[in-house]
Amino acid sequence: MKKVLLVYLRPYYLRMVLGFAIKFFGTILDLFLPWILAYIIDTVAPTGDRRMIVLYGLAMVACAVGAFLMNVIANRMASAVSRDATRTIRHDLFARVMHLSAAQTDAETKPSLISRLTSDTYNISNMLGRIQRIGVRAPILALGGIMVTLTLDPVLTLILAATLPFIVLLTIRTSAASIPLYHRVQEAGDKLVRLVREDAAGIRVIKALSTTDTERARFDEVSREVIQCEKKASGLMARVGPSTSLILNSAQVAVILAGAVRVASGQCEVGRILAFMTYFTIILTAVVNIARIFIVFSRAAASADRVMAIIDMPPDMLVLGSGETAPQNAPAIEFDGVSFHYGASSENALEEISFTLQRGQTLGIIGATGSGKSTLIRLLMRFYDPTQGAVRLFGQDVRTLPAHTLRAHFGAAFQSDTLFEDTILENIRLGRALSDEQVALAAQDAQAYAFVTGDKEGFDAALNIRGSNLSGGQKQRIMIARALCGRPDVLVLDDSSSALDYRTDAALRRALRERYADTTKVMVAQRISSIAHADLILVLDGGRIAARGTHEELLASCALYKELYDSQMGGLDA
Amino acid sequence: MNKNPQGPNSDKAIRDAQNQRKPKNAKSTILRLLRTMMQDRALFALAIALSITGNLLGLLGPRLAGEAIDAIGADGVILWDTVIAKCALMLVSYAASAALSYALTMLMIHISRGVVYRMRGQAFDNLMRLPVSYYDTHPSGDIISRISYDIDTVNASLSNDIVQILSTLVTVFGSLGFMISISPRLLLVFCVTVPLSLYAARRRATVTKPLFRARSRKLGELNGFVEEQLSGLTTLRAYCREDAAVEKFDAINEEAVVAYYNSEYQGSVVGPLVNFINNLSLALVSVFGALLFCAGQMSIGAISSFVLYSRRFSGPINEAANVFGEMQSALAAAERVFAMIDEPAEPADAEAAQPIGDVQGHVQLDHVTFGYEEGKPILKDFTADVRPGRMIAVVGPTGAGKTTLISLLMRFYEAQEGSIRVDGKPLDAVTRDSLRAAYAMVLQDTWLFHGTVYENLRYGSEHATREQVIAAAKAAHADSFIRRLPQGYDTVLTDDGANISKGQKQLLTIARAMLLESRMVILDEATSNVDTRVEKLIQKAMRELMAGKTCFVIAHRLSTIESADEILVIDHGEIVERGTHASLMQQKGFYYGMYRAQFE
Repeated sequence: MKKVLLVYLRPYYLRMVLGFAIKFFGTILDLFLPWILAYIIDTVAPTGDRRMIVLYGLAMVACAVGAFLMNVIANRMASAVSRDATRTIRHDLFARVMHLSAAQTDAETKPSLISRLTSDTYNISNMLGRIQRIGVRAPILALGGIMVTLTLDPVLTLILAATLPFIVLLTIRTSAASIPLYHRVQEAGDKLVRLVREDAAGIRVIKALSTTDTERARFDEVSREVIQCEKKASGLMARVGPSTSLILNSAQVAVILAGAVRVASGQCEVGRILAFMTYFTIILTAVVNIARIFIVFSRAAASADRVMAIIDMPPDMLVLGSGETAPQNAPAIEFDGVSFHYGASSENALEEISFTLQRGQTLGIIGATGSGKSTLIRLLMRFYDPTQGAVRLFGQDVRTLPAHTLRAHFGAAFQSDTLFEDTILENIRLGRALSDEQVALAAQDAQAYAFVTGDKEGFDAALNIRGSNLSGGQKQRIMIARALCGRPDVLVLDDSSSALDYRTDAALRRALRERYADTTKVMVAQRISSIAHADLILVLDGGRIAARGTHEELLASCALYKELYDSQMGGLDA
Repeated sequence: MNKNPQGPNSDKAIRDAQNQRKPKNAKSTILRLLRTMMQDRALFALAIALSITGNLLGLLGPRLAGEAIDAIGADGVILWDTVIAKCALMLVSYAASAALSYALTMLMIHISRGVVYRMRGQAFDNLMRLPVSYYDTHPSGDIISRISYDIDTVNASLSNDIVQILSTLVTVFGSLGFMISISPRLLLVFCVTVPLSLYAARRRATVTKPLFRARSRKLGELNGFVEEQLSGLTTLRAYCREDAAVEKFDAINEEAVVAYYNSEYQGSVVGPLVNFINNLSLALVSVFGALLFCAGQMSIGAISSFVLYSRRFSGPINEAANVFGEMQSALAAAERVFAMIDEPAEPADAEAAQPIGDVQGHVQLDHVTFGYEEGKPILKDFTADVRPGRMIAVVGPTGAGKTTLISLLMRFYEAQEGSIRVDGKPLDAVTRDSLRAAYAMVLQDTWLFHGTVYENLRYGSEHATREQVIAAAKAAHADSFIRRLPQGYDTVLTDDGANISKGQKQLLTIARAMLLESRMVILDEATSNVDTRVEKLIQKAMRELMAGKTCFVIAHRLSTIESADEILVIDHGEIVERGTHASLMQQKGFYYGMYRAQFE
């Protein structure tokens, strides 16, 4: 919260002060009205001067107009500050989220990041607007009221003022206690986001299993949790208003009693106590309103903590200073004794992986489910850093290359890759500076051209959410086209042709061989046919390299590979 | 390319149109909100009672104070007994008032959370009824936005603003009564200013309503974008598109904050405006009151009491006007939620529809034609008779219509021509739930939820024992990797199973299917990311899963389907060949070509 106030609002301090000043004068004008009114009735009316009465009446109207204009202007300025601060906070948060490391994203989880970007930033924006709008008038009224009472009877004012520390303490302590509760509200909100997001993605399975009632029950549980957390937090804050009123009203009783004593001893007049009461009402309303602002404030403070926790997250996976310059003719890819395990897991996902691949060569990776194939790719592209050993690209440790320099070498299609709700063209181009011709060419090589242009809208055809209007194989071909489009130095295909029929797969391989000869290729596959032509094939087993070599070598030397081959080629007597 | 009914472009247009065309009637939205609240009628009545009592008690305090002060000032003699008695009474009444106001707030929190809970329930309930196509065309982020943010907005407004409005009503009517008793003539002033405020508020409402709607919609779009970009985060990182995404985000964020500002720009005028009109009435009251005094028709004391009450009268109206903006945004949000609740669900089962009962598994497709778009059939004149217990493999190039066939069997979509029968019963004669439950389905796109491995496995067959679950996992060759996970079967899968590989996810979904006691099985590329060795290993289990059941298998890996009783080769939505593996190989046709291609 501190950061929101001190850093994000700083550029707007001047505007806020100006807005506060305008609001201040507007409020003063507002307060003038009863004063003029009293003057008309007490002083002007008894003289019977009708002209003066009308004149003072007009003065009141003028004050009213002035108050209206100033309040409107101040409100609008407040909204503008809230708009600008929200814009910056959201931008910073989104930018930070985009640049979090994969491990950081795993730890925070996407649903939580989504709800921070949406619901939490909204809470902050709401608070900024409200506090500026209501937060000025109430303190002015409270302070002004106290000032006036001071002129009436300082001793009685002191009695009143003596309660203020209690009220402040009560409000601040309750607010502080409620912030963790509001944290829990937002966390429960994360769960809600997660569940709805999951169900939107898995609706086919849910319907197929007829588990809509199970989902309703799961939702109900989360929904209840949200409500419970909300009730707890709001219930705590609900104490502030009534307690404040009670304390102040008790002070009022004390004032009357003390006033009676003072009147008895001749130190005060009854009229003053009467006037005191009028201002007391103003002070009371103002203080209760201030307490109300704290409710909004506490909620926003919890949200601000969550947002700033992400923004302030220290950058992970720093770029190391490079001692080495890239040697000439260094291998394209080199894994040097690489071991790795994911954050919480104690088991190594990869162990002692070493191999080199020359430029333009093809690496095939094959192995059992969960043997570490995708993990190897993730280390190569530096989504994660190895726990041991080093990964080198064109002779340079990937940790010494800035992320963008590093990844600019790659074109990749992953197993669970994403298509966006956009045109096919944009899905392939992905915002890169690539011409329509390049896109068309890549689509041709990825065997996507025919089906794309078969539709009358061609490349301008829009994809549904998650590309749901394409078949599995079509989706994969769009993703491959995306990977090929930038003519990358290194092409990574992580089991991304699994949904292609063999004929299309073969055509794709032919295109890669003929038209991307200079490109270093890394292909993960289940089908031996997809990688049989590779210059180097790694057979992974339980995170280790079980065997390596060319197709022919492995057939001769590796029982595991032979077994795989036989199981896939079985039945063909050619 | 198979597309949804109206094609993607028009989908978007229709969505926009729907956003425009939503019930514009604020009154009906308010009534509906009230109706949702009224489900707690007794509590609501209690809240009103509490509010009235609380406010009356609030009026009592100042009166007691006045009496106490009178006792101090009475003829220079201080009536200590009275002063102390009144002060004691004041303490009591203030304590009571504080207790009541606390009770009221807690009650309103309870009621409004109840409303929120019910609205969320209704919204989610309908989400579960909506056809699959809804999810294909509505960004998850927007759905999330409606069910979380929009309902939250309604909630905030309900719990705060309703109390405000209640106490406004009480005080306004109370003060009005007092003012009538003092000077009906001066009250004429309010005959001018009250309608004026109402008119001004209404005028404002017509200006601000579309702005608040736009604000909710833009926030929904922002959420939609955020959700999509975060889902594709790995891709964006791989292509260094982070900054481009931030740029796009900035544009959408700009629209959202500007929509926020626009609504506030107009909405925040209402408070000062109503305040202005009140001030105007104050000026009128004092001028006319003074003139009346001059004409000798009113005493000074009466004017000042009148003014005092008119302050009481306008104060709460001001407060109410200040929450105007919040109420407008709550209404706009409520509209979006109700629109989702009202979204037409999957057509209900026909009245005569029966649960399918015990299924033999005889599936007949009779001249079925279907396309997502008119004039673009994906399946053409598709005919097949699948006897119980047979295994049918469907092969063909990608995009040939294989997955569409599954969607029709599961009745996610309805055939346009021809009919599909299960055990001789047309699909529309049976209930959807029972039809779908008759199938065990494993899709290429694995779906796991945030929960333990164990919960994910027994999903859909809640009666299964832990032993059965583990047995199924063993059969699917998932047991060994599950045991290696940090907490074994109790490991929580996060973010759609981000902590396990795709092939492992497929094994889990296969195990899940094995637990289902269905007579028919659909496998759509169920093992595409499982290595062939494991696939070979689980084939025995798969055969057990499929034993005696009618099976539809889609696979590119032809080794998976060699043992099928019948292979349907489809191309461009038509069956081009059919037969067993051996007969098709002999035919040396389309299938033979595809088969050979894997060794190229």
